[in-house]
This record gives sequence, structure tokens and C-alpha cells, in this order.
Amino acid sequence: MELNSLKKRRRFNLGIQILSAVSALIGLAALLWILFIVLQRGAGALNWNFFTRLPTPPGIAGGGLANAIVGTLFITILAAILGTPLGIMAGVYLAEYGKGTKIATIIRSMTNILIGIPSIIVGVFVYALIVLPSKTFSAYAGAASLAIIMLPVVVRTTEDMLSMVPNSLREAGLSLGAPNWRVILQIVFRAARGGLLTGILLAVARVSGETAPLLFTALNSTYMMHSLNEPIANLTVTIFNYAMSPYADWKSQAWGASLLIMGAILILNIATRLAFRERSRAK
Amino acid sequence: MNLHVRRRPGASKGDPLFKWIALSCALVIPALMAGILVVLLLDSRLAIAKFGLGFLVSDAWNPVTGDFGALSSIFGTAVSTLIALLIAVPLGLIIALFLVELAPPKLSALFGSAIELLAAIPSIIYGMWGLFVFAPFMANHVQPLLGKYLGFLPLFQGPPLGIGMLTAGIILSLMILPYISSVTRDVFNMVPPVVKEAAYGVGATNWEVTRGVTLRYSLSGIVGAGFLGLGRAVGETMAVTFVIGNNHQIASSLFASGNSIASTLANEFTEASDPLYLSSLINLGLVLFLMTLLFQVAAQFWLWRITKKMA
Repeated sequence: MELNSLKKRRRFNLGIQILSAVSALIGLAALLWILFIVLQRGAGALNWNFFTRLPTPPGIAGGGLANAIVGTLFITILAAILGTPLGIMAGVYLAEYGKGTKIATIIRSMTNILIGIPSIIVGVFVYALIVLPSKTFSAYAGAASLAIIMLPVVVRTTEDMLSMVPNSLREAGLSLGAPNWRVILQIVFRAARGGLLTGILLAVARVSGETAPLLFTALNSTYMMHSLNEPIANLTVTIFNYAMSPYADWKSQAWGASLLIMGAILILNIATRLAFRERSRAK
Repeated sequence: MNLHVRRRPGASKGDPLFKWIALSCALVIPALMAGILVVLLLDSRLAIAKFGLGFLVSDAWNPVTGDFGALSSIFGTAVSTLIALLIAVPLGLIIALFLVELAPPKLSALFGSAIELLAAIPSIIYGMWGLFVFAPFMANHVQPLLGKYLGFLPLFQGPPLGIGMLTAGIILSLMILPYISSVTRDVFNMVPPVVKEAAYGVGATNWEVTRGVTLRYSLSGIVGAGFLGLGRAVGETMAVTFVIGNNHQIASSLFASGNSIASTLANEFTEASDPLYLSSLINLGLVLFLMTLLFQVAAQFWLWRITKKMA
């Protein structure tokens, strides 16, 4: 390394420090810019009608997105019901039974890869698997694609959380004569309860904002749902359709829906983060 | 464990059953991976039979004559991803540097969480913000400047429309920034403090320690983070669909509109009534799946290597 004068080196160092602080500020500014815009443009659209009325044709005021709100809640809950137990049990296998085995290693890396598969591919997959044979877009298909996106996230957090439970707890249970499965269900799960819940909530938050996998599975609808086996209204696809429309009141509702989705996701994220930090500090 | 403990009869019968249930749930993961591959292959067979590997290098996209090729979509995916990486990797690196080496712990935690929240914002929100706020900003402020000073390059020629490749790339870079900065931060944190302290001890400045020690230790981790970001950017759908312009063309200018594999799927999938059209779209999906698979495996491999080396 060539030796420059101390002054020069210090000055260069200061330059880098300023540059790095500015970069971090750029990241923060981008976040605040997006949050501010969504809040500013969305707040005006959120009124009583927005939550209680059905969509109206363009130009007719007073429409709402009650159907899409119900639809999104429904698809997300259904996806969680499908994906969570499966993911937790798979995580149990990786953390409790398969530790160190080749098959667990393979499944673990496949889980990581599956997390990175674009959600639109999952949409195509479910379209080919469910929509084509059943000849209709449906709430089932939408929930199935969200469940597939949730699954690897739940598997990974479950494994992480179960691995953090100290072995002495398991040994205590086993030494009392409890079979392994009861030790897992009644001792390990209880010890990891908070972490598991956090993982599930974060996975739910992640899928509730997904649009791409719903485009050709759940599609969208202007009616209130009355069957699971038909296209179902949902907020994210509605945002896409309304944003691309030329009508001002539809665009405004798209901002309202954006605010609703983003608010819910950020609250879930921040709340779970804070709760988790609280708990790890208490320990 | 080979302890001979007398248990209540029947008590241990549950164990093999429970293990078997857990294993079959775990096997859903490889089944899904295989299932996606098989379904995509099967349903793109019409297109594969008609166009073969020529699909990858043909720039045709004509639903009327039934002539399809992936080139313009692959081009758009590659260019927007490249822009995203060119911005996000250096930015993510230097942000990680700030978080690990420079900022006081409280500030570091605050900035760290804020940047990670960027990853929590759904793609479609980026799309809304991108189309209605950021694209006009690009058209009015950024692109005219670029055209004025760098307009001699073909990259920055053409009317400043706002939407197009450059805007899509910049938005993508924001979306992958949190992944890159948080992985890089973790890698930086894995550098043994003793080595850094030794460098500080002989009078190195902050930046000299970073360049001479931290970066050298973390290089393969940074490559892993890059691949991770690459895998993310390649498949991003909604944000790109909003701002890329959705035009099957290969233009030399970054101001021009284009398309990506994911945006083509999002836009055209439900309109594809003709079997060959649909099959060509699924074939595009297959290409995207294989691309992300490649990048993900590369990322996993690099990150695995570095944790092994550091351990």
C-alpha cells in the first residue's frame, strides 16, 4: 500500500464516511417517499363507502371495495390454513428428526430456493394445475398459490425457532418418559410459541400483498363472493386493474386499496419486530 | 438413543406415526419443485415442439400469425436486472458499511430496520408509486439531464417518457437493496474482530480497514448477496409491469419502453386464448423458472461456502 500523508488519508476516509451516510439516507428517503405518497393519495379515498359498498361503474360516485376486502381476507386466511400446518410439520422434521441427515440438508436448500422462485411462476403453475382442469378461476386456486408461496417461509422460520429451544428442555421431557412427539408438541412448541407466531404472521403479511400469483388464479370480480369455486374479488388485482384504467375515481380507489394493504403489512411487520425484540430482551 | 425405558404400552406408537407425518410434510417441498418443473415442461410442449431452442433467440411476438420468441422478453429482463444490480450492489455495500462500521448502534438499528422495511412493501405498491410518481419525476427531472449531458451515448437518447427500461431498473434496485444490504451486513459482522482491531492498531483509517480487511474477508459473501438480488430482480413482476412500458421491442436506449418475461406473463396470460399462444407464455415461464433456479442455486452455494469458511 502506498503511503500517503495522514492528512490525505484522513480526508479520503471522511469522504467515504459521508458517502456511506448519504447512501443510508437515500435508502431511508426512498422508504419515506413511498410511504408518504401512499398515505397522501390513499387517505382521501378511505371513507365509509369504501369499506361497505360494492364497486360502481366508472363515473358513478359512491362505490367501494367491500367485496375485494372480504375476498383478500378470505383468500389469505384460506392460504394460511392450507400452508401453516404443512410448513410447521415440515419444519419439525428438519429441526427435530432430520438434523444432520442428507435428506434434511437437501430439503433445507430446496426450501431456500423455493422462497426465491418468482411468485408469478407459482401463479402459472397453479393455473396449469387447478384452473385449466377445473375450467374456472377460483378462490381455491388463489389460496393454493398463496399457500405455496407461504409454505417455504413457514418451514424456514419454524426450523430456526425450534432449533433455538435448548436441548435440556427436550431431555427433561424425555427423561419423564414422554414420547418424542409429545415432547415436541407440548414442550418444544410451547417454548418456541412466540417465534412460531411471528414467523406465521410475517408469512401472512408477505402473501397478503401478492398480486402476480392471483392474476390468473383468483382473477377478480365485481361481485361479493358467494362461492369458492368462482373468480373472487381481491384488493391487489383490483389495484392493478383500477390503476391501469382511465377513470379518476377508480385510480383514487386504487390508492385507497394500496394504503389499506400497505398499512396492514407494515403494522404486522413492525408489531412482530417489536414484540420479538421485547421478548429477546426479556430473556 | 438406546435407553431401555419401560413406557406406558402404546405410548411410543405415536412416535413413528408423528415422524412419518412430519417427513411427508417435508417431502412436499421437493415435490413442489419437481411439480413446477414438470408442469411447466408439459404445458409448454406445444411451443417447444414448434419453435425448439430457436424460441430463445427469436424476437418475434405475434399472436395473430402465431409466431413467438422470447428474445425481447429475455433482453428486457436482463437489461432491467443489470441496471438494478449496478445500482443496488454498490449502494447496498456502502450502506452495510455504514451500518456495521460507522453508525452508532442505535442509529444502525434504526436505519437497518428502515431499509429492511423496503423489502416488506408489496411489489404492487412500488408499481403504483413508480407509475404515478417516480416515472413523471424521471421524465421531468432525471431523463432530460441525462439526455443533455450523456445524450451522445445511444443509451440515453430518445424522448424522456418516464416509463421504460431505466425507470424499471431503478425501481428494481430499490426493491433488491434490502436483500443485498442485509446479507452484506451479516457477512461484514462475521469478520473476526481481532483482525480488524489489529489493522486499527497499526493506524489504519476506517476505510483502509474496510478495503484491506473487511472487503477481502467478505468477497464471496458479497457475491452471494449479488446472486440473491439477481434472483429477486429477475422475477419481480408487478412493479416492472407498471413502469416498463410493455412493448415487445429491443431498443438501444434505456429511455425506451420494453418488456420483461414476468411483465409479459402478467399482461398477456389471461388474454391468451389460442393454445400455442398460451403454451408460448408458459414456455417463457419455464425460461424464467430455470433462470431463477440457476441464480438461487449459485447464491445458496456461495453463501454456504462462506459460512463454512468462516466457521
